[in-house]
Amino acid sequence: MELLQDYIAFWADKYASIFDYMLEHVLISLTVAIISIVFTIPLAVWMTKMKSTKLRSFIFNIANIFQTIPTIALLAIMIPIFGIGFTPAIVALFLYALLPLLRNTYSGMESIDQEVVEAAKGMGFTSFQRIVKIELPIALPYIMSGIRVTSVYIISWTTLAALIGAGGLGDLVLAGIGYNDTFMIFTGAFLAIIIALILDFVLATVENKLIKL
Amino acid sequence: MIELKNVNKIYNDGFQALTKVNVEFQEGKINVLIGPSGCGKTTTMKLLNRLVDYTDGEVYFNGKKIKEMNPIELRRQMGFVIQNIGLFPHMTIFNNVATVPKLLKWDKDRIKKRVIELLEMVNLDPNTYMNRYPSELSGGQQQRIGVIRALAAEPSTILMDEPFSALDPISREQLQDELLRLQTEINKTIIFVTHDMDEALKIADNIVLMKDGKVVQQGSPDSLLSNPANDFVKEFIGEKRLNSNNQLNDLSLANYINKDILLVQSDIRIEKATSSLIERKVSSAVVINEDETYNGIVSLYDAIENNSSEINSIIKKASLIIYENDKVSTVLEKIEGIHDIVPVLSKEDIVVGLLSVDKLFATLHHLTEYKRGEI
Ligand SMILES: Nc1ncnc2c1ncn2[C@@H]1O[C@H](COP(=O)(O)OP(=O)(O)OP(=O)(O)O)[C@@H](O)[C@H]1O
Ligand SMILES: [Mg+2]
Repeated sequence: MELLQDYIAFWADKYASIFDYMLEHVLISLTVAIISIVFTIPLAVWMTKMKSTKLRSFIFNIANIFQTIPTIALLAIMIPIFGIGFTPAIVALFLYALLPLLRNTYSGMESIDQEVVEAAKGMGFTSFQRIVKIELPIALPYIMSGIRVTSVYIISWTTLAALIGAGGLGDLVLAGIGYNDTFMIFTGAFLAIIIALILDFVLATVENKLIKL
Repeated sequence: MIELKNVNKIYNDGFQALTKVNVEFQEGKINVLIGPSGCGKTTTMKLLNRLVDYTDGEVYFNGKKIKEMNPIELRRQMGFVIQNIGLFPHMTIFNNVATVPKLLKWDKDRIKKRVIELLEMVNLDPNTYMNRYPSELSGGQQQRIGVIRALAAEPSTILMDEPFSALDPISREQLQDELLRLQTEINKTIIFVTHDMDEALKIADNIVLMKDGKVVQQGSPDSLLSNPANDFVKEFIGEKRLNSNNQLNDLSLANYINKDILLVQSDIRIEKATSSLIERKVSSAVVINEDETYNGIVSLYDAIENNSSEINSIIKKASLIIYENDKVSTVLEKIEGIHDIVPVLSKEDIVVGLLSVDKLFATLHHLTEYKRGEI
């Protein structure tokens, strides 16, 4: 009981700054998510259309390499190039998000029945119309599951971005470790989970809406 | 009309899929492309809407070289039913059928009317099926949708690549019948690929038989049956079918002429004709001139309506007259849709008798029963 009262007192004292951390966290995660979606989906679509298998595996390999670098190391590598703060965090997390998005979109597009593509061509769709009206909608479940998984990852990775001064809930956790304050650590972790759950829910709703279109 | 002139197709890997193909696909007819698997049927069909480009030669669509036409526009003028239906799984049946009209930017009401009309045409209740997805339909229903999707924008030409191949024999026959019925309404230029000879013989006006990328023979089903160009054609058509066709040709028209008929002279009065008709219990009679040559026909109905004057005023031409040495197969081609009596004449135009339609159909029925049972 005492614990709960203490925790409520902690919130009463710190809610303004907790709220700021949370906002920062959401801002970083969303920025990374949006940039990587806007960049990766067209890239993946283009990769399914390209003739050269070499170029395709080259791109996959690069995305793969970024995935294998430990998160902390990748963040650290950014410092000499971009300094500390928001920008290096965005770049590092973006490189991380590449592979899962790329892979899901690519396999979504590849999963489409060739017959369906052929029918669309034969009925007189232009290439652009075909991609937008036929192929992307059919690949949508794959693409959306890529986006959902990646977004949840990004939120958890963003916690580490505090290490290079990007802010966010990671700051709260780090400070908690510094002061040996369990409330801070717990609150940081707990809120990151909540954000991830909310985002996943929102994306699921978006997916359902899109499918019904 | 679509014409292929000396068309060669060599695929990127160097495989020559078509060699010197010369074909004419007739306007308003069902043209069937047939041949063993891998002979180049699909390749030929895809040349027509430029899904595949030919290596050399020329393809003309209504006199224009298709290489000079915009492929997107060309495709929107040609309905296309692909080998494995290829319905769009994420779209409702309504949107699947409405695809090309939407691409052509028809207005909404017109699209809706058209989709409903097409669904009714293939006996699928619009209210039940319009909002379903392709996966919620049976295979046969999906193939129907595949076919009407190709008809939606009223193309003058329809390409169908083995549209009924995935069906059980009963649904296949149903769809073939439906296609034949449809064709009498819409009269499109249809190019239909199959490797099923029964299907070809049933629906084709014009058959193009291919083998190893070459056209072996083309012509009407009858001409293939009666004059197969070589052993391959014979083998592909099959002994049984050739035999039953020969049986058809062996039928002599003489057996189907009813000679015991009522003849009336062209100068009698109507009352006399009426009483003869009633006395013989027939509804029509053949009118002859003094030298016994054919003049026309009179019906009891017309005779009763005008019973005062000369018979001249009610003589009509028969819708069809045939000659006693016509072949049974030619008679069969002409007889469709004729409900009058059919006078049979000799070379000198002398009336020999009337065609006994019932007896002829009874024999045919017997023959086709045999065909179904044996093949
Ligand atoms: N893209 C391609 N590249 C190389 N060869 C091809 C290609 N497409 C088809 N072929 C070859 O061309 C030949 C004709 O193929 P096509 O698809 O026209 O046959 P088909 O008569 O339609 O056969 P089926 O009845 O089995 O559908 C085949 O030997 C096939 O292997
Ligand atoms: Mg084929």
